[in-house]
Amino acid sequence: MTTAPAHAGWRFRQPSVIPGFGLTLGFSLAYLTLIILIPLSGLIWRSAALGWTDFWALATDRRTLTALKISFGTAFIAAAVNVVFGTLVAWVLVRYRFPGRRIVDAMVDLPFALPTAVAGIALTTLYAPSGWLGKLLMPLGIKVAYTPLGIVVALVFIGLPFVVRTVQPIMEELDKEVEEAAATLGASRFQIITRVLLPGLAPAIVTGFSLAFARGVGEYGSVIFIAGNLPYKSEIAPLLIVIRLEEYNYPAATAIAAIMLGLSFAMLLVINLVQTWSRKRYG
Amino acid sequence: MEVRVVNVRKEFERFPALHDVSLDIRSGELIALLGPSGSGKTTLLRLIAGLERPTKGAIFFGEEDASQKSIQERNVGFVFQHYALFRHMTVADNIGFGLKVRHGAARPPAQEIRRRALELLDLVQLSGLEKRYPAQLSGGQRQRVALARAMAIEPKVLLLDEPFGALDAQVRRELRRWLREIHDRTGHTTVFVTHDQEEALELADRVVVMSQGRIEQVGTADDIYDTPNSPFVYSFIGESSSLPVKVENGEVWIADRPIGLQAPHAPSGEAVLHFRPHDVDLVDGCSGCIAGTVAASRRVAGTRRVELEVGGERQRVEIELPVDHPAAQKSRVAFRPRRWKLFPAG
Repeated sequence: MTTAPAHAGWRFRQPSVIPGFGLTLGFSLAYLTLIILIPLSGLIWRSAALGWTDFWALATDRRTLTALKISFGTAFIAAAVNVVFGTLVAWVLVRYRFPGRRIVDAMVDLPFALPTAVAGIALTTLYAPSGWLGKLLMPLGIKVAYTPLGIVVALVFIGLPFVVRTVQPIMEELDKEVEEAAATLGASRFQIITRVLLPGLAPAIVTGFSLAFARGVGEYGSVIFIAGNLPYKSEIAPLLIVIRLEEYNYPAATAIAAIMLGLSFAMLLVINLVQTWSRKRYG
Repeated sequence: MEVRVVNVRKEFERFPALHDVSLDIRSGELIALLGPSGSGKTTLLRLIAGLERPTKGAIFFGEEDASQKSIQERNVGFVFQHYALFRHMTVADNIGFGLKVRHGAARPPAQEIRRRALELLDLVQLSGLEKRYPAQLSGGQRQRVALARAMAIEPKVLLLDEPFGALDAQVRRELRRWLREIHDRTGHTTVFVTHDQEEALELADRVVVMSQGRIEQVGTADDIYDTPNSPFVYSFIGESSSLPVKVENGEVWIADRPIGLQAPHAPSGEAVLHFRPHDVDLVDGCSGCIAGTVAASRRVAGTRRVELEVGGERQRVEIELPVDHPAAQKSRVAFRPRRWKLFPAG
């Protein structure tokens, strides 16, 4: 049983007897500053130079707003799709032994390694109205390439390994006995999965979701090929940033970037807080 | 509920874990399966629960053949060594789980489930902890919750797999007494697996000693300890010493001298003599006794354990003496076992 300290709050935990706390903390902070904090604060700095009214005008511009909506919306849907099917893929890889399992396992990582532009071009070729899959979907009235749906498809492809790779190790550690206990108590297979296994996997699934989501929001390479990039329809925020840069409109580019940064940070923070809360409870 | 295991054989990928085991468990009995690791005791328990299917044979709950039923239908309470609690549920939800997953009319209303959970929590002496999560409990408390969860479904039989194996000695002893109390109060037919003989002998009505996939002996603690029926049981339960001997005309010999033990019914030839180290008489001068030179002497708690070298082949054998006994200072000690048993050499 853990007892909470009498006066909780911000303070250093007693460092362990193994030396190196100061050195490693110092290194981590310096490294994070160099790699993440300085570039990002440069971004804030530039958009701050814009002044509040200009910033607000750029931020509430209809094209910017639609691009942000499309970026976050498609990333959210793609991450949700990946949560369902990524968990399923992880389940099959962990629970079943079949010939070629290792190959399938390795295949999951391909979206990590493949240049995203290649993925984008391949998907576009497949889903274009004249492509293999596009041809089949056309009579059903489903258009994938050059629509937001195409963006979702590309982001599902990019995000899959994030979910599989975060859920898989936790799934492997699932205690067989917990399932057996549930079975002896009379729970059906379906009840065991929905009431015992999935809740246990929830923290990992949430992590996988947030990683896939974050990746999807920032994705550029694969999306621009399949999206068609029509302003107000299928134009994503990262592309809008590039367009502004090419117009030498740096303030606008930094403003959009700063908004994306703020939104992403807020969402990831919320997800993290949810996880900390659940970890505290379930241990 | 009475449980009968009839000629059960279990193989894991051709490797036999149980050979043709039969066992009758009486209704309301507290019975222990005791044996070293790999003796098949846990396999037998899992077969009764339905977590494994027998390769051959059948298991009856009362008159019903349970071996054809799924785990869910068998209605057994199973307690695991490592608790196997549901981490994301509170203690009360854990205990109520078995009732909550029932369907239709069999499922009690939510309030009734809660009432029952609290009642069981009271029985296992954890009142007030219903809102805790398993991670916030100690090992002993978790195992109590696991037992309450198993009892919530009113099982036909309660099965416990090394229930105290993961706990420290102090908590173990405490829970042992507590389990006995719960059993006496609720009267569930209970089978538990253990490799701790003290636990088995102290707790169980009857003990089933197992070795290498077979049942060696079934009996009360007295039966098992006082009249072991095989060399394995003799050496596995309690302390024992053994010596190779020869039987001639109903008399027991070591090397070239008789040791004063009569065995009129034993066949002549090689045999092994078993006795308890503390169950010996020291004798002066030796005509008809076992004599040996003292090779080592150790103080163990309230007694002194002396190791003797006996006979021409200098066989080592251990006996126990009172701490202040003068014999411990001598270089030669002679004794005669008070209670002993001969098993054929092999």
